Amino acid sequence: MTHRYLPMTETDKKEMLETIGINSIDELFSDIPEKVRYQGLYNIPKAKSESALLKELKQLADKNSNTETNVSFLGAGIYNHYKPIIVDHVISRSEFYTAYTPYQPEISQGELQAIFEFQTMIAELTGMDLANSSMYDGGTSLAEAGMLAAAHTRRKKLLVSEAIHPEYRDVVSTYAKGQSIDVVTIPTKDGITDIDALKELLDSDTAAVMVQYPNFFGQIEDIKTIGELAHDAKSLFVVSSNPLALGILTPPGKLGADITVGDAQPFGIPESFGGPYCGYFATTKQLMRKVPGRLVGETVDQEGRRGFVLTLQAREQHIRREKATSNICSNQALLALASSVAMTALGKKGVQEIAKQNIVKTRFAKNAFEAAGFEVPFQGAHFNEIVVKTNKPVQEINKKLLEKGIIGGFDLGRVYPELENHVLIAVTELRTKEEIESLVAEMGAYNA
Amino acid sequence: MHNENQSLIFELTKEGRVGYSLPELDVEDIDLSELLPEGSIREEAAELPEVSELDIMRHYTALSRRNHGVDSGFYPLGSCTMKYNPKINENVARMSGFANLHPLQDESTVQGAMELLYNLQTQLVEITGMDEVTLQPAAGAHGEWTALMMIRAFHEANGEGHRNKVIVPDSAHGTNPASAAVAGFETITVKSNEDGLVDLEDLRRVVGEDTAALMLTNPNTLGLFEENIIEMADIIHSVGGKVYYDGANLNAVMSKARPGDMGFDCVHLNLHKTFTGPHGGGGPGSGPVGVKADLIPFLPKPVLVKKEDGTFHFDYNRPQAIGRVKPYYGNFGINVRAYTYIRSMGPEGLKEVTEYAVLNANYMMRRLEPYFDLPYNRHCKHEFVLSGRRQKKLGVRTLDIAKRLLDFGYHPPTIYFPLNVEEGLMIEPTETESKETLDAFCDAMIQIAKEAEENPSIVQEAPHTTVISRLDETRAARTPILRYQKA
Repeated sequence: MTHRYLPMTETDKKEMLETIGINSIDELFSDIPEKVRYQGLYNIPKAKSESALLKELKQLADKNSNTETNVSFLGAGIYNHYKPIIVDHVISRSEFYTAYTPYQPEISQGELQAIFEFQTMIAELTGMDLANSSMYDGGTSLAEAGMLAAAHTRRKKLLVSEAIHPEYRDVVSTYAKGQSIDVVTIPTKDGITDIDALKELLDSDTAAVMVQYPNFFGQIEDIKTIGELAHDAKSLFVVSSNPLALGILTPPGKLGADITVGDAQPFGIPESFGGPYCGYFATTKQLMRKVPGRLVGETVDQEGRRGFVLTLQAREQHIRREKATSNICSNQALLALASSVAMTALGKKGVQEIAKQNIVKTRFAKNAFEAAGFEVPFQGAHFNEIVVKTNKPVQEINKKLLEKGIIGGFDLGRVYPELENHVLIAVTELRTKEEIESLVAEMGAYNA
Repeated sequence: MHNENQSLIFELTKEGRVGYSLPELDVEDIDLSELLPEGSIREEAAELPEVSELDIMRHYTALSRRNHGVDSGFYPLGSCTMKYNPKINENVARMSGFANLHPLQDESTVQGAMELLYNLQTQLVEITGMDEVTLQPAAGAHGEWTALMMIRAFHEANGEGHRNKVIVPDSAHGTNPASAAVAGFETITVKSNEDGLVDLEDLRRVVGEDTAALMLTNPNTLGLFEENIIEMADIIHSVGGKVYYDGANLNAVMSKARPGDMGFDCVHLNLHKTFTGPHGGGGPGSGPVGVKADLIPFLPKPVLVKKEDGTFHFDYNRPQAIGRVKPYYGNFGINVRAYTYIRSMGPEGLKEVTEYAVLNANYMMRRLEPYFDLPYNRHCKHEFVLSGRRQKKLGVRTLDIAKRLLDFGYHPPTIYFPLNVEEGLMIEPTETESKETLDAFCDAMIQIAKEAEENPSIVQEAPHTTVISRLDETRAARTPILRYQKA
């Protein structure tokens, strides 16, 4: 059998075996002990031709209800935003996607410069001094921030707001177990972090206070006050933030954050059933030499021309080995590129406009729900999500909505038992007035 | 040498230009000061670029031309498996029914995606010889840590929480000891013997009742098969430890030896390596973990299962699970590509992949052997490591050889790794390269070896044809500039 990915011919094979001085390829595997040698072929499906496979996979894809043909109000950390068409054209350039980590800067200037630009854009949006080249996703980035805080302060407790994405909190807890760090939840009140409870919990063993901005319920936390409390206790202040919201909101860096993390998914990255996304990690100059992952820095070549290299590598696993404080190796370079292109396309003006549209349209939805008789329990300032109370189980309502081509909001009862029959509705700039009105009407009809 | 000055996107900015097309606001506009509390609206706009769509496209096209990928030319970067990235994978991952799925949709609306993941899990179980696979870890290092956390939980569940040592060979990838440290273990290094394999005597010396696990790459980073694997697994198992397989080099043994049959208890794979991810300029990856039966209860949540009625379900009811290692279910888009690849190759194809990857490596090794030192002279697997110590005596370092290869249009091999080879050059051709490509690369290497003898400065001063020359890395680290700042 000859395969289109395998250029070996019988003539090649013969010549190569001769050069090696053996008679068969099998001889090259003679060092595998007989006892563990695998015989025969894997029990997996036979190969399919390109066209047949494409057809099969298209059928599988079509079994799913996607957010393109349906109208989605589902957010909870991952959002259905405007994706400039050029994003996909740029990341489809195979000089980018078929390369690996830029170990050889002379032939990797494109990737290195793109990452340097990404670092700059994230630093700008978050108001932090610097940002790294990316992390796996927002959740692991938050966990790494917790590890850094514990190592830096030599303290063993993380205070994590209940209004942080529940799956992010789970990831923090898993990482913390490895380092024997305690994770304590700060409760919420009216959908935001309970500051009185935080004051009670803060102590001399608190490595970091961690909150989300805007938080999981879409509410905008008073991070200035929380940051001051954290610093009074000599803890680090870690903020997990949707970078798109920072087009409008005062950035965490201006409100006392020591580390700002999050996911750049809202900028040009498809929902893709959970990944790959693009975590970011931004911090202060003071913590620069403790940042996990890769950093790209500017320098010059022998002729004095500007160029970019991976730098401050003494922090990283391949140098520090068992003394490393993070084991991250791969980053999410291609997604960082996608986000850079989206941030560039939106630009200085567009990022404000898109953020504003999210706030205004969500307010429209909030008013419409209230006018239709729904209770919206959390009345604080919001970004692009609101919590709506229902009379019927959310899962039932969502089933009905799907029949109308609507993907409903996130069923909060799945993770917050006290919020049974509460749904988290996300309204981005892509949702039209008509779609919002139709959502409210359909939900109203089933809710009665 | 080109001498163009490449602008940063920020330097192309001109106030008033835009590169976007947002929908018009079709609801009543409200002044944000009415909706947001005082102090929560940013005073200074984020300084993002102001450029037109063509500006953006030209900028990134120019950057792409300053970058070398597998599609640009040969990329024999050892241990990274830089094989061809099939284009059908990209089309499939972009199908709307995969790309436009929200991870928190009701399970009944994403059964097709779950079926794909379940099939992939099942195929990886077969390929690794394990009993169960989780697709959640985002990359190899993430998979290593995930598996070590499971081993930790396993020992704790057996009342053996005192097992705090992870044994790692001196030739191991740097991520191994780092992952062990992040999972809360201490690392013990075990020596290699003169054949480049783990020294069994040393292994017997370092094991004990505090042994949690041995982490091993097989074939190892020298490209050599650890032929004493059965004894090694026995040594670790006899003291109650677990044996961990670093799957970075799986391309060398598909259909030849399965980790599960060799005595390994768990394994991580790098789907972006063996299964054509692609590498993306440094990610995203995908690092599934496979385990034997006794580690299954500790798999991270959720576990994807097939129910009796044939539907697929994420099971969160896993009381002994280590918890969640990543939001949602792993790097789905990369898993879709890997699945497409496996279905494109089939069982015969995967067997040929390994056979040709190994044949290619041995062929190159034999062609280059007369010109470079070969510290471990026996059949290699998918990669081999040369030493540049002969050239070093002539004043030409391995770094110089790597830089000189750039002039020939090649990405150099991995250099100065593994650490137990002086001036190492680790070459992994992969199976997708033709004999003509291998020959041309070998010819270039042979020419460089001759240049080292006859005209060393041409090597020492390389590269001569790239857009920039060697960069001042010391300066980058001493006075770090990590972002653009307007002059």
